[in-house]
Amino acid sequence: MGARTGAGALGGGLVISARAVERRYGRKRALRPVDFELSPRSFLVVTGANGSGKTTLLRLLVGLAAPTKGELEVRVQRGALGYLGHEALVYRDLTALENLDLYGRLYRVSERRERIGMLLERFGLWDVRGERAGSFSRGMLQRLALCRTLLHDPELLVLDEPFAALDADGATLLDRQLADLRETRTIVLSTHEPERVERLCSDRLALT
Amino acid sequence: MRYLADVATLARKDLRLELRARDTLPAMLLFVVSTLVVFRFALPEGADELAAQGLLWVALVFTALLGLARAWAPERESGALEGLVLAPTDRSAIWLGKSAAVFVFLAAVELVALPAFAVFFAPVDLSTVVGVLLANLGICAIGTLLAAMAAVSRTRELILPLLFLPLAIPLVVGGVGASISEEPEQFLAFLGLYDAVFAILCWASFEYVVSE
Repeated sequence: MGARTGAGALGGGLVISARAVERRYGRKRALRPVDFELSPRSFLVVTGANGSGKTTLLRLLVGLAAPTKGELEVRVQRGALGYLGHEALVYRDLTALENLDLYGRLYRVSERRERIGMLLERFGLWDVRGERAGSFSRGMLQRLALCRTLLHDPELLVLDEPFAALDADGATLLDRQLADLRETRTIVLSTHEPERVERLCSDRLALT
Repeated sequence: MRYLADVATLARKDLRLELRARDTLPAMLLFVVSTLVVFRFALPEGADELAAQGLLWVALVFTALLGLARAWAPERESGALEGLVLAPTDRSAIWLGKSAAVFVFLAAVELVALPAFAVFFAPVDLSTVVGVLLANLGICAIGTLLAAMAAVSRTRELILPLLFLPLAIPLVVGGVGASISEEPEQFLAFLGLYDAVFAILCWASFEYVVSE
């Protein structure tokens, strides 16, 4: 029982190995037992109805929660994980630029300013880089959260409903970004629109 | 060096947030000054100066509690604590950065509170100032850790005072002792020892507060 994140001893070059992983909060079961393995450069799409445990599973993968039962191994260092959750995980009273600079420093991103500038431009936030995140719409916050997630060029991307709140332009941008990352990164993505990433995904996990 | 750079980055972030939002420091300043004014009128005429020294420490501890209750508010409102926890930095740096920022807020409050105390009650001597600074270290170390524990609880307004005030009693004992004793050195040493022990305990245990 337990979860490990880091350069562990997973066999067969797997990035993730989950065996009968289950999560309960008290008597309430948030995630039914799941088994799956993921090799490098895979693209796993997690689907399921509301309350089926998608968010719980993704939080287990990045180490924000621990399994109640089962074995979970994630063979990626903490600094090489990129997590997009339901919240943007940014400070509302800092500007977009200041938020990314903070995370860039903590993740020790090389050529930080250039990387931040490139991401802000790519996600259409360059013109509002000096505005507080608290003044952003939900869609703009999601774009900023995507910038934060991709800032340190993570090996493993864990994206919880990344298309939520994005407008058509934002969703197209994300489609393009995922297609670019598909060949070189391992991606776990939960969504209610699996058809959107149908052509990219290599593995599927349907939670019940 | 990388650890200290992370601590500096996180503390700078908190100071910038406070300068911008002005949520906590003005409230702490108003609270401590108004508390001292209330005590000024509450103490009967001709009351012992020793009683006033005790009230200074009551005012400082409750003002600190007010600041600590807001310490993790920016992280709580936006889920940013999870972002920090996921970063590849030693998690104790998050605690140390926050403690350093809280220390600055407390010191700023005391820059106003001690002269105000001198005006309303009695002069403040050097041993009181040193005692206040040493007590600040303990308040920041323990208070920041407990505030982080409380921040993830639904009953945080209840939990923080219930956890913090019992642990602050030795700080009040040491602080009042340093203020009124003929030989304040032993009380200052006691405060220093308390700071060292609890700072190490809090530094080592913060990881477990923010992870399941």
